[in-house]
Amino acid sequence: MEPIEIAELIKGKFGSEVKGVVEFRGQISITVKKERILEIMSYLHKTPELYFDYLADLCGVDYMGKKEIRFEVVYHLLSIKYNKMIRIKAEVPEDDCSIDSVIGIWAGADWHERECYDMFGISFTGHPDLRRILMPEDWDGYPLRKDYPLKSDLGEKEWKPFKQVIEIGKKNLVYEVR
Amino acid sequence: MIIDGITSLVEVEKGVRVIPGGNTIIAAVDKLVNWGRLSSIWPMTFGLACCAIEMMATGSSHYDLDRFGVVFRGSPRQSDAIIVAGTLTKKMSPIIRSVYDQMPEPRYVIAMGSCACTGGIYNTYSTVQGVDLIMPVDIYIPGCPPRPEALLEGIIKLQEKIRKESFKWSRWR
Amino acid sequence: MAVIRDLKTKTLTINMGPQHPATHGVLRLVIELDGETVVKCKPYVGYLHRGTEKLGENRTYPMALPLSDRLDYVSSMSNNIGFCVAVEKLLGIEVPERAKYIRTIMGELTRIANHIVWIATHALDIGAMTVFLYSMRDREWILELYEMACGARLTVTYPRIGGVRADVDQEFLDHCYKFTEEFPKRILQYETLIDQNRIWLQRTKGIGVLTAEEAINWGLSGPTLRGSGVPYDIRKFAPYDAYDKVEFEVPVGKAGDVYDRYRCRMEEFRQSNSIIRQCLEKLPGGYVLAADAPGYDLATGPRKKPAPPPPKTEPAADGSPPTPPPPPEEPGPAFEDVYVATEVPKGELGFYFISDGTGKPYRMRIRAPSYVHASVLPKMCEGSLVADIIANIGTIDIVLGECDR
Repeated sequence: MEPIEIAELIKGKFGSEVKGVVEFRGQISITVKKERILEIMSYLHKTPELYFDYLADLCGVDYMGKKEIRFEVVYHLLSIKYNKMIRIKAEVPEDDCSIDSVIGIWAGADWHERECYDMFGISFTGHPDLRRILMPEDWDGYPLRKDYPLKSDLGEKEWKPFKQVIEIGKKNLVYEVR
Repeated sequence: MIIDGITSLVEVEKGVRVIPGGNTIIAAVDKLVNWGRLSSIWPMTFGLACCAIEMMATGSSHYDLDRFGVVFRGSPRQSDAIIVAGTLTKKMSPIIRSVYDQMPEPRYVIAMGSCACTGGIYNTYSTVQGVDLIMPVDIYIPGCPPRPEALLEGIIKLQEKIRKESFKWSRWR
Repeated sequence: MAVIRDLKTKTLTINMGPQHPATHGVLRLVIELDGETVVKCKPYVGYLHRGTEKLGENRTYPMALPLSDRLDYVSSMSNNIGFCVAVEKLLGIEVPERAKYIRTIMGELTRIANHIVWIATHALDIGAMTVFLYSMRDREWILELYEMACGARLTVTYPRIGGVRADVDQEFLDHCYKFTEEFPKRILQYETLIDQNRIWLQRTKGIGVLTAEEAINWGLSGPTLRGSGVPYDIRKFAPYDAYDKVEFEVPVGKAGDVYDRYRCRMEEFRQSNSIIRQCLEKLPGGYVLAADAPGYDLATGPRKKPAPPPPKTEPAADGSPPTPPPPPEEPGPAFEDVYVATEVPKGELGFYFISDGTGKPYRMRIRAPSYVHASVLPKMCEGSLVADIIANIGTIDIVLGECDR
């Protein structure tokens, strides 16, 4: 089945959820609302004609100011049997920043969802162990959001153990050279 | 060992004198101790990122480090130097400080690569802009990653630095 | 009298800290042990998180290219090729034929170099130390070839958007050809050291078994997936560069244990050697860098050309008011995105770019194979012995620079 036909199939079955289908350079993206994302994913995983058994990637995007709904969670699905790829984008608004977790369908979504939570603050309901993965566990703020600073000097909001290590370092940087 | 008017001391190197005929060398204790320290620097591998691969390549047979007396030890308690190779992140900084504190003196720090010297191309929210914010560094080796020859030159410079030491670590040897 | 099985025991939690002598980098494992058996194993990553994705959003596409070098620093040409293929697809740039063949040669040399580091460290961890010295000797040959082509050994940035940085000369081609003639004998040398060794077989057969369905469900790729019997290789499924013009086989294992993945990678040595040989024989002439990006205009984005200026309206001859100019065409959607995966030696490296029409990517997402492979460690290690953890870490072939980005 060509990706465009898969998009038509999904629009036919979940018409109310689908907000748009875009095709660019041969790749199909389907934008959906986040409410019934678990049903859509199970449908894609279990239908024998589609059989998307491989979750290639799960990531978040922050469209601060550029689009109405601030966040999007993007799923890249691949069917190894039929060699087809499709992209599903689920919109997540800022005030209700959570979405269902697909860890029950693909176990590999585990760490991808933890990273999405760590970098954007989107929480995944149903995830067994949602905590920070790349930043230290008591870090403040969500780094990949567009309003988070890039550079190293965070000033007052610096992570406490790092501030302590810098103080220790300052004390013995002074040593005599003979 | 009689020093009379006929046998005189031969100066082999600056400050090192040999009595010809007898198996005796007169030198300052500093020189002996420094020679012992510089000829067997045992670093602890702290390979964090890309520079660790160049350190591995320097340690293997093409650019041999063993001929300089450099043997990599796994534990900080048994090592003389620490070669910080790679980017230091804020999450890792308490750990590297505790590892440095566990090393017994005399100890030396070599910052290998741009990321360890000053943060490199990564001036981001999660990297430390140079290892010298956290611990005193003796030798900086720039490069991204530095070639094995550059690492060898850094170690030789460290050897030169040790050669000139005198009463740096403690009055009581 | 207390019998042994009535004794109350507690499990012991140990920390295999971020700094350990194995060269895999800064991976931390907290292991709960009951005697020698692993009850629970929790990996902690993030000790090398350098903020590459956020840095990429503040740099233009050519400036973000060196960032991709340092992801999987053992095989840096492959990361560059992945980045370049993704950006070329986004911007619609056509790469000249010679550059495609050169990129294929470099990609396969990188695969050999990466698998050399893999076998060196894997064998060193398990205990066979001679393999390390034998194989690093051959890696020096490959790094010499890199230096001839572009001047750098490790972080090369030689493949560029639209081709490669500079052409290769005849000396490189001769040296590379000699390498392909000499290398099969070296592979035999490594194999005679460990392949039939009783200790090696006991430490690798039946360890870290993953079935095909589990492996696909967890999102594994590369030799880690192919060892379990799934013939998924992006070079065959969605070919890029010159992979559809050379003939090669993809080795697939059966049992899904450490030994099968080891055999897969040793076979990949031979296949890569044959691909390089074929590319050297078929290398066409021509340019090595695309001259222009015809479909791309920086001001309006990857899809549309800029709107032509509206035609001048003159008043009609009979004095009636001039016809209004036609309304300008609707601008295209604000964001264009593309996801391209390439087969790096470790698995599937995916780049997902969202472009908003300016010269900088709006979002640069890197799907790293080591990140996914590190997440499957608990499943492989729980229930086995402590010594098998080391074999499992070696077999999934992770590099923490890629895992943490």
